[in-house]
Amino acid sequence: MSHNERDWSVHPPYIYPEYKSTILRGPKKPLIAIEHSLSELTIPAFGHGQMQEFDNDLTINGRATNGQMVGEPLGERIQVSGRILDEYGRPQVGILVEIWQANAAGRYIHKSDQHHAPIDPNFFGGGRCVSDENGRYSFMSIKPGAYPWGNHHNAWRPNHIHFSLFGMSFASRLVTQMYFPGDPLLALDPIYNATNDQAARTSLIAKFSEEYCIPDLALGYEFDIILRGPMATPMEV
Amino acid sequence: MGNNKLKQTPSQTVGPYFSYGLTPEQGGYDFKSITSPILVKKDTLGEHIILQGHIYDGNGDIIPDAMIEIYQADHQGKYISKEIPPSDDVFTGFGRCDCETNSNFCFKTIKPGSIGDGHAPHINMVIFMRGLLSHAYSRVYFSDEMDANHNDNVLNNVPSDRRATLIAKRTENENGDIIYQFDLNMQGINETVFFDV
Ligand SMILES: [Fe+2]
Repeated sequence: MSHNERDWSVHPPYIYPEYKSTILRGPKKPLIAIEHSLSELTIPAFGHGQMQEFDNDLTINGRATNGQMVGEPLGERIQVSGRILDEYGRPQVGILVEIWQANAAGRYIHKSDQHHAPIDPNFFGGGRCVSDENGRYSFMSIKPGAYPWGNHHNAWRPNHIHFSLFGMSFASRLVTQMYFPGDPLLALDPIYNATNDQAARTSLIAKFSEEYCIPDLALGYEFDIILRGPMATPMEV
Repeated sequence: MGNNKLKQTPSQTVGPYFSYGLTPEQGGYDFKSITSPILVKKDTLGEHIILQGHIYDGNGDIIPDAMIEIYQADHQGKYISKEIPPSDDVFTGFGRCDCETNSNFCFKTIKPGSIGDGHAPHINMVIFMRGLLSHAYSRVYFSDEMDANHNDNVLNNVPSDRRATLIAKRTENENGDIIYQFDLNMQGINETVFFDV
Protein backbone atom coordinates (compact mmCIF):
# COMPACT_ATOMS: atom_id res chain seq x y z
CA MET A 1 0.00 0.00 0.00
CA SER A 2 1.46 3.33 -0.86
CA HIS A 3 0.27 6.68 0.32
CA ASN A 4 -0.49 9.96 -1.33
CA GLU A 5 1.99 12.71 -0.50
CA ARG A 6 1.39 15.24 2.19
CA ASP A 7 0.27 18.04 -0.10
CA TRP A 8 2.49 21.01 0.73
CA SER A 9 0.58 23.16 -1.76
CA VAL A 10 -2.31 23.21 0.73
CA HIS A 11 -0.63 22.82 4.12
CA PRO A 12 0.85 26.03 5.49
CA PRO A 13 4.63 26.49 5.65
CA TYR A 14 6.50 26.17 8.94
CA ILE A 15 7.75 29.74 8.79
CA TYR A 16 5.13 32.35 7.99
CA PRO A 17 6.43 35.67 9.39
CA GLU A 18 3.00 37.35 9.50
CA TYR A 19 2.17 34.77 12.19
CA LYS A 20 4.94 35.81 14.56
CA SER A 21 5.19 32.68 16.70
CA THR A 22 6.26 30.66 13.66
CA ILE A 23 9.53 32.61 13.42
CA LEU A 24 11.23 30.84 16.33
CA ARG A 25 9.20 27.64 16.34
CA GLY A 26 8.95 26.41 12.75
CA PRO A 27 11.66 23.99 11.60
CA LYS A 28 14.03 25.63 9.12
CA LYS A 29 16.00 22.70 7.77
CA PRO A 30 14.48 20.65 4.96
CA LEU A 31 12.31 17.71 5.99
CA ILE A 32 13.92 14.32 5.46
CA ALA A 33 12.17 11.88 3.15
CA ILE A 34 11.05 8.66 4.77
CA GLU A 35 10.20 5.30 3.32
CA HIS A 36 6.81 4.33 4.73
CA SER A 37 6.61 1.29 6.95
CA LEU A 38 4.01 0.06 9.41
CA SER A 39 5.12 2.97 11.59
CA GLU A 40 3.49 5.40 9.21
CA LEU A 41 0.79 3.23 7.62
CA THR A 42 -1.04 1.90 10.65
CA ILE A 43 -3.10 3.78 13.17
CA PRO A 44 -3.40 3.38 16.91
CA ALA A 45 -6.28 1.42 18.39
CA PHE A 46 -8.67 3.80 20.08
CA GLY A 47 -11.30 2.95 22.55
CA HIS A 48 -14.25 3.88 20.37
CA GLY A 49 -16.29 2.45 23.18
CA GLN A 50 -14.92 5.27 25.32
CA MET A 51 -17.34 7.72 23.71
CA GLN A 52 -19.82 8.91 26.28
CA GLU A 53 -23.33 10.20 25.88
CA PHE A 54 -23.31 13.91 24.93
CA ASP A 55 -19.63 13.85 24.00
CA ASN A 56 -20.74 15.33 20.66
CA ASP A 57 -23.27 17.75 22.15
CA LEU A 58 -21.41 20.75 23.55
CA THR A 59 -24.69 22.44 24.47
CA ILE A 60 -25.22 19.70 27.06
CA ASN A 61 -21.86 18.25 28.10
CA GLY A 62 -20.68 21.40 29.88
CA ARG A 63 -23.80 22.36 31.77
CA ALA A 64 -23.38 23.23 35.40
CA THR A 65 -25.70 21.32 37.66
CA ASN A 66 -26.58 23.18 40.80
CA GLY A 67 -29.31 21.41 42.71
CA GLN A 68 -32.32 21.12 40.40
CA MET A 69 -31.27 24.11 38.36
CA VAL A 70 -29.70 23.09 35.08
CA GLY A 71 -28.53 26.00 33.00
CA GLU A 72 -28.16 26.28 29.25
CA PRO A 73 -25.17 27.81 27.50
CA LEU A 74 -25.58 31.27 26.00
CA GLY A 75 -25.21 31.94 22.32
CA GLU A 76 -26.44 30.92 18.92
CA ARG A 77 -26.97 27.17 18.80
CA ILE A 78 -25.44 25.45 15.79
CA GLN A 79 -25.22 21.99 14.32
CA VAL A 80 -21.93 21.30 12.55
CA SER A 81 -21.90 18.22 10.37
CA GLY A 82 -20.05 16.92 7.38
CA ARG A 83 -18.33 13.99 5.75
CA ILE A 84 -14.79 12.83 6.15
CA LEU A 85 -13.45 11.66 2.82
CA ASP A 86 -10.13 10.70 1.35
CA GLU A 87 -8.78 12.37 -1.78
CA TYR A 88 -10.81 10.04 -3.98
CA GLY A 89 -14.05 10.83 -2.20
CA ARG A 90 -14.14 7.54 -0.30
CA PRO A 91 -15.89 7.92 3.07
CA GLN A 92 -13.56 7.56 6.05
CA VAL A 93 -15.34 5.39 8.57
CA GLY A 94 -14.65 5.17 12.29
CA ILE A 95 -12.54 8.33 12.37
CA LEU A 96 -12.04 9.92 15.77
CA VAL A 97 -12.94 13.63 15.58
CA GLU A 98 -12.10 15.85 18.55
CA ILE A 99 -13.09 19.52 18.72
CA TRP A 100 -12.54 22.44 21.08
CA GLN A 101 -13.68 26.04 20.87
CA ALA A 102 -14.33 29.33 22.67
CA ASN A 103 -17.74 30.17 24.10
CA ALA A 104 -20.14 32.67 22.53
CA ALA A 105 -18.23 35.55 24.12
CA GLY A 106 -14.90 34.42 22.66
CA ARG A 107 -13.52 33.00 25.91
CA TYR A 108 -11.90 29.59 26.30
CA ILE A 109 -12.35 27.58 29.47
CA HIS A 110 -8.58 27.01 29.32
CA LYS A 111 -6.85 28.19 32.51
CA SER A 112 -4.37 30.41 30.73
CA ASP A 113 -6.92 32.29 28.61
CA GLN A 114 -6.76 35.79 30.15
CA HIS A 115 -9.22 37.45 27.75
CA HIS A 116 -11.63 39.34 30.02
CA ALA A 117 -14.75 38.11 28.28
CA PRO A 118 -17.09 36.15 30.54
CA ILE A 119 -16.84 32.42 31.17
CA ASP A 120 -20.14 30.67 30.54
CA PRO A 121 -20.78 28.38 33.52
CA ASN A 122 -22.86 26.12 31.26
CA PHE A 123 -20.37 25.75 28.45
CA PHE A 124 -17.16 23.74 28.43
CA GLY A 125 -16.26 23.78 24.74
CA GLY A 126 -14.76 20.33 24.20
CA GLY A 127 -16.32 17.42 22.33
CA ARG A 128 -15.64 14.33 20.27
CA CYS A 129 -17.32 11.75 18.07
CA VAL A 130 -16.55 8.93 15.65
CA SER A 131 -17.56 9.11 11.97
CA ASP A 132 -20.31 6.71 10.87
CA GLU A 133 -20.44 4.22 7.98
CA ASN A 134 -20.86 7.10 5.50
CA GLY A 135 -17.95 9.03 6.96
CA ARG A 136 -20.35 11.48 8.56
CA TYR A 137 -19.79 13.26 11.86
CA SER A 138 -22.01 15.70 13.69
CA PHE A 139 -21.78 18.09 16.64
CA MET A 140 -24.25 20.32 18.43
CA SER A 141 -22.65 23.46 19.80
CA ILE A 142 -22.73 27.23 20.18
CA LYS A 143 -21.27 29.59 17.63
CA PRO A 144 -17.90 30.61 19.12
CA GLY A 145 -17.07 34.29 19.47
CA ALA A 146 -14.02 36.07 18.05
CA TYR A 147 -11.21 36.77 20.48
CA PRO A 148 -8.17 39.06 20.58
CA TRP A 149 -4.61 37.76 20.48
CA GLY A 150 -1.20 39.34 20.71
CA ASN A 151 0.13 38.82 17.19
CA HIS A 152 -0.21 42.45 16.07
CA HIS A 153 -2.15 45.62 16.92
CA ASN A 154 -5.88 44.84 17.02
CA ALA A 155 -5.39 41.19 16.11
CA TRP A 156 -8.62 39.20 16.45
CA ARG A 157 -9.06 35.57 15.56
CA PRO A 158 -12.07 34.95 13.32
CA ASN A 159 -14.78 32.69 14.77
CA HIS A 160 -13.45 29.16 14.59
CA ILE A 161 -13.70 25.62 15.92
CA HIS A 162 -10.51 23.57 16.36
CA PHE A 163 -10.62 20.05 14.87
CA SER A 164 -8.31 17.07 15.45
CA LEU A 165 -8.65 13.90 13.35
CA PHE A 166 -6.99 10.52 12.99
CA GLY A 167 -7.30 9.11 9.49
CA MET A 168 -6.61 5.60 8.30
CA SER A 169 -2.90 5.84 9.12
CA PHE A 170 -0.50 7.79 11.30
CA ALA A 171 0.44 9.72 8.16
CA SER A 172 -3.17 10.96 7.84
CA ARG A 173 -3.11 12.81 11.15
CA LEU A 174 -4.68 16.26 10.87
CA VAL A 175 -5.26 19.19 13.20
CA THR A 176 -7.12 22.08 11.63
CA GLN A 177 -9.64 24.86 12.24
CA MET A 178 -13.11 25.41 10.82
CA TYR A 179 -14.23 28.96 10.06
CA PHE A 180 -17.63 30.55 9.41
CA PRO A 181 -18.85 32.12 6.16
CA GLY A 182 -18.91 35.89 5.78
CA ASP A 183 -16.47 36.61 8.60
CA PRO A 184 -14.67 39.94 7.92
CA LEU A 185 -11.78 38.87 10.16
CA LEU A 186 -10.73 36.09 7.78
CA ALA A 187 -9.04 38.50 5.38
CA LEU A 188 -6.90 39.82 8.27
CA ASP A 189 -6.01 36.52 9.95
CA PRO A 190 -2.43 35.31 9.40
CA ILE A 191 -3.24 31.77 10.53
CA TYR A 192 -6.02 31.35 7.99
CA ASN A 193 -4.01 33.12 5.29
CA ALA A 194 -0.91 30.98 5.82
CA THR A 195 -2.40 28.55 3.31
CA ASN A 196 -1.37 30.14 0.07
CA ASP A 197 -3.72 28.20 -2.20
CA GLN A 198 -7.01 30.09 -2.24
CA ALA A 199 -9.25 27.11 -3.00
CA ALA A 200 -7.65 25.10 -0.21
CA ARG A 201 -7.92 28.03 2.18
CA THR A 202 -11.62 28.58 1.52
CA SER A 203 -12.23 24.87 2.08
CA LEU A 204 -11.67 25.69 5.77
CA ILE A 205 -14.86 27.79 5.75
CA ALA A 206 -18.00 25.85 6.59
CA LYS A 207 -21.05 26.36 4.40
CA PHE A 208 -24.31 27.53 5.88
CA SER A 209 -26.66 24.60 5.36
CA GLU A 210 -30.42 24.72 5.53
CA GLU A 211 -30.37 20.93 5.54
CA TYR A 212 -28.49 20.83 8.84
CA CYS A 213 -30.61 23.51 10.49
CA ILE A 214 -32.83 22.07 13.20
CA PRO A 215 -36.22 23.84 13.27
CA ASP A 216 -36.66 26.10 16.29
CA LEU A 217 -33.32 24.95 17.69
CA ALA A 218 -30.12 25.44 15.72
CA LEU A 219 -28.51 26.82 12.58
CA GLY A 220 -26.74 24.31 10.38
CA TYR A 221 -23.21 24.37 9.01
CA GLU A 222 -21.63 21.83 6.71
CA PHE A 223 -17.90 21.18 6.89
CA ASP A 224 -16.38 18.34 4.87
CA ILE A 225 -12.85 17.24 5.64
CA ILE A 226 -10.50 15.60 3.17
CA LEU A 227 -7.83 13.39 4.71
CA ARG A 228 -4.75 12.07 3.07
CA GLY A 229 -5.00 8.36 2.48
CA PRO A 230 -3.72 5.36 0.54
CA MET A 231 -3.33 5.75 -3.20
CA ALA A 232 -6.23 4.46 -5.19
CA THR A 233 -5.53 1.57 -7.53
CA PRO A 234 -6.62 2.32 -11.12
CA MET A 235 -9.51 -0.14 -10.68
CA GLU A 236 -11.02 1.88 -7.90
CA VAL A 237 -11.04 5.26 -9.62
CA MET B 1 -7.26 10.27 -12.18
CA GLY B 2 -5.21 13.22 -10.91
CA ASN B 3 -7.86 15.71 -12.03
CA ASN B 4 -10.63 14.25 -9.91
CA LYS B 5 -8.60 14.15 -6.77
CA LEU B 6 -9.93 16.24 -3.89
CA LYS B 7 -7.47 18.50 -2.16
CA GLN B 8 -6.44 17.63 1.38
CA THR B 9 -7.92 19.89 4.04
CA PRO B 10 -5.12 22.25 5.12
CA SER B 11 -3.51 21.88 8.52
CA GLN B 12 -3.85 24.72 11.05
CA THR B 13 -2.03 25.29 14.31
CA VAL B 14 -3.30 23.53 17.44
CA GLY B 15 -3.06 26.93 19.16
CA PRO B 16 -2.44 27.52 22.86
CA TYR B 17 -5.78 26.31 24.26
CA PHE B 18 -6.01 22.65 23.20
CA SER B 19 -5.52 21.08 26.61
CA TYR B 20 -9.13 20.96 27.82
CA GLY B 21 -10.14 19.33 24.53
CA LEU B 22 -7.23 16.97 23.82
CA THR B 23 -5.55 16.29 27.18
CA PRO B 24 -8.31 17.24 29.63
CA GLU B 25 -7.49 14.91 32.50
CA GLN B 26 -3.81 15.83 32.44
CA GLY B 27 -4.75 19.52 32.40
CA GLY B 28 -7.11 19.08 35.33
CA TYR B 29 -10.36 19.60 33.38
CA ASP B 30 -13.60 17.77 34.03
CA PHE B 31 -13.72 15.78 30.77
CA LYS B 32 -12.57 12.23 30.17
CA SER B 33 -9.35 11.81 28.17
CA ILE B 34 -9.21 9.23 25.39
CA THR B 35 -5.50 8.67 25.96
CA SER B 36 -2.74 9.69 28.34
CA PRO B 37 1.04 9.93 28.76
CA ILE B 38 1.01 6.65 30.67
CA LEU B 39 0.87 3.79 28.16
CA VAL B 40 1.72 0.98 30.56
CA LYS B 41 0.14 -0.92 33.37
CA LYS B 42 2.22 -2.69 35.99
CA ASP B 43 2.08 -5.99 34.14
CA THR B 44 2.64 -4.69 30.59
CA LEU B 45 5.26 -6.91 28.97
CA GLY B 46 8.60 -5.45 27.99
CA GLU B 47 11.14 -3.13 29.54
CA HIS B 48 9.39 -0.24 31.22
CA ILE B 49 10.91 3.11 30.40
CA ILE B 50 10.34 6.82 30.88
CA LEU B 51 10.66 8.91 27.73
CA GLN B 52 11.08 12.56 28.59
CA GLY B 53 12.42 15.81 27.22
CA HIS B 54 12.03 19.50 26.60
CA ILE B 55 11.22 21.32 23.40
CA TYR B 56 13.36 24.38 22.63
CA ASP B 57 12.65 27.23 20.24
CA GLY B 58 15.16 29.05 18.01
CA ASN B 59 16.36 31.14 20.97
CA GLY B 60 16.96 28.07 23.10
CA ASP B 61 13.95 28.85 25.28
CA ILE B 62 11.71 26.04 26.50
CA ILE B 63 8.35 25.80 24.72
CA PRO B 64 5.63 24.92 27.24
CA ASP B 65 2.45 25.17 25.12
CA ALA B 66 3.10 22.11 23.00
CA MET B 67 1.62 18.64 22.71
CA ILE B 68 3.43 15.45 21.79
CA GLU B 69 1.89 12.22 20.55
CA ILE B 70 3.80 8.97 20.39
CA TYR B 71 2.94 5.77 18.58
CA GLN B 72 5.00 2.62 18.87
CA ALA B 73 5.09 -1.14 18.55
CA ASP B 74 4.93 -3.44 21.54
CA HIS B 75 7.94 -5.26 23.02
CA GLN B 76 7.79 -7.83 20.21
CA GLY B 77 7.73 -5.20 17.47
CA LYS B 78 4.02 -5.55 16.77
CA TYR B 79 1.67 -2.64 16.24
CA ILE B 80 -1.75 -2.94 17.78
CA SER B 81 -3.52 -1.44 14.78
CA LYS B 82 -7.06 -0.17 14.65
CA GLU B 83 -8.60 -3.48 13.59
CA ILE B 84 -7.98 -5.09 16.95
CA PRO B 85 -10.66 -4.00 19.38
CA PRO B 86 -8.86 -2.37 22.25
CA SER B 87 -9.58 -3.47 25.74
CA ASP B 88 -8.16 -2.16 28.97
CA ASP B 89 -5.34 -4.66 29.16
CA VAL B 90 -4.02 -4.14 25.64
CA PHE B 91 -0.90 -2.06 25.15
CA THR B 92 -2.06 0.22 22.31
CA GLY B 93 1.29 1.96 21.86
CA PHE B 94 -0.38 5.36 21.60
CA GLY B 95 0.03 8.23 24.05
CA ARG B 96 -0.38 11.94 24.25
CA CYS B 97 1.26 14.46 26.54
CA ASP B 98 0.57 18.13 27.14
CA CYS B 99 3.87 19.89 27.90
CA GLU B 100 2.17 22.70 29.80
CA THR B 101 2.21 21.43 33.37
CA ASN B 102 5.96 20.93 33.83
CA SER B 103 7.20 22.55 30.62
CA ASN B 104 8.32 19.14 29.42
CA PHE B 105 6.91 15.87 28.17
CA CYS B 106 7.13 12.63 30.04
CA PHE B 107 5.73 9.29 28.85
CA LYS B 108 5.68 6.02 30.74
CA THR B 109 5.92 3.29 28.17
CA ILE B 110 7.97 0.26 27.15
CA LYS B 111 10.92 -0.03 24.87
CA PRO B 112 9.51 -1.33 21.57
CA GLY B 113 10.91 -4.29 19.70
CA SER B 114 12.14 -4.03 16.12
CA ILE B 115 9.31 -4.15 13.57
CA GLY B 116 11.52 -6.07 11.13
CA ASP B 117 14.80 -6.23 9.22
CA GLY B 118 16.31 -2.82 8.62
CA HIS B 119 14.25 -1.28 11.39
CA ALA B 120 15.90 -0.40 14.69
CA PRO B 121 13.54 -0.08 17.65
CA HIS B 122 11.95 3.35 17.51
CA ILE B 123 9.03 5.42 18.69
CA ASN B 124 7.13 7.62 16.25
CA MET B 125 6.48 11.13 17.42
CA VAL B 126 4.21 13.97 16.31
CA ILE B 127 4.71 17.51 17.59
CA PHE B 128 1.98 20.15 17.80
CA MET B 129 2.22 23.65 19.25
CA ARG B 130 1.11 27.23 18.99
CA GLY B 131 3.22 28.69 16.22
CA LEU B 132 3.45 25.42 14.31
CA LEU B 133 1.01 25.63 11.41
CA SER B 134 1.56 22.04 10.28
CA HIS B 135 2.45 19.30 12.74
CA ALA B 136 5.98 17.90 12.67
CA TYR B 137 6.93 14.19 12.57
CA SER B 138 10.03 12.84 14.23
CA ARG B 139 11.33 9.51 15.54
CA VAL B 140 12.99 8.45 18.76
CA TYR B 141 15.81 5.89 18.57
CA PHE B 142 17.71 4.46 21.52
CA SER B 143 21.32 5.11 22.56
CA ASP B 144 21.85 1.47 23.61
CA GLU B 145 20.88 0.14 20.18
CA MET B 146 23.80 1.47 18.16
CA ASP B 147 24.19 -1.71 16.10
CA ALA B 148 20.56 -1.76 15.10
CA ASN B 149 20.61 2.00 14.55
CA HIS B 150 23.53 1.51 12.20
CA ASN B 151 21.41 -0.76 10.02
CA ASP B 152 18.23 1.28 10.14
CA ASN B 153 17.01 2.33 6.69
CA VAL B 154 15.45 5.55 7.89
CA LEU B 155 18.42 6.68 9.98
CA ASN B 156 20.78 5.87 7.15
CA ASN B 157 18.84 8.25 4.95
CA VAL B 158 19.51 11.08 7.41
CA PRO B 159 22.72 13.10 6.91
CA SER B 160 25.20 11.55 9.35
CA ASP B 161 25.86 14.83 11.19
CA ARG B 162 22.17 15.12 12.08
CA ARG B 163 21.46 11.53 13.22
CA ALA B 164 22.37 12.24 16.83
CA THR B 165 19.27 14.48 17.14
CA LEU B 166 17.14 11.33 16.87
CA ILE B 167 18.87 9.26 19.56
CA ALA B 168 17.44 9.29 23.07
CA LYS B 169 20.07 8.96 25.82
CA ARG B 170 19.60 6.15 28.29
CA THR B 171 20.17 6.85 31.98
CA GLU B 172 18.79 5.60 35.25
CA ASN B 173 17.30 7.67 38.04
CA GLU B 174 17.68 7.18 41.80
CA ASN B 175 14.61 4.89 41.86
CA GLY B 176 16.14 2.60 39.27
CA ASP B 177 13.77 3.78 36.52
CA ILE B 178 15.14 3.64 33.01
CA ILE B 179 15.04 7.14 31.55
CA TYR B 180 15.45 8.03 27.91
CA GLN B 181 16.12 11.73 27.51
CA PHE B 182 15.01 13.16 24.16
CA ASP B 183 15.16 16.94 23.79
CA LEU B 184 13.81 18.56 20.68
CA ASN B 185 15.22 21.67 19.04
CA MET B 186 12.82 23.27 16.61
CA GLN B 187 15.65 25.30 15.06
CA GLY B 188 19.39 25.97 15.28
CA ILE B 189 22.52 23.93 14.57
CA ASN B 190 21.09 20.99 16.50
CA GLU B 191 17.65 21.25 14.91
CA THR B 192 15.91 17.92 15.38
CA VAL B 193 15.35 15.91 12.24
CA PHE B 194 11.74 16.12 11.10
CA PHE B 195 10.43 13.79 8.44
CA ASP B 196 8.24 14.38 5.43
CA VAL B 197 5.96 11.55 6.50
FE1 LIG C 1 -8.61 29.15 18.89
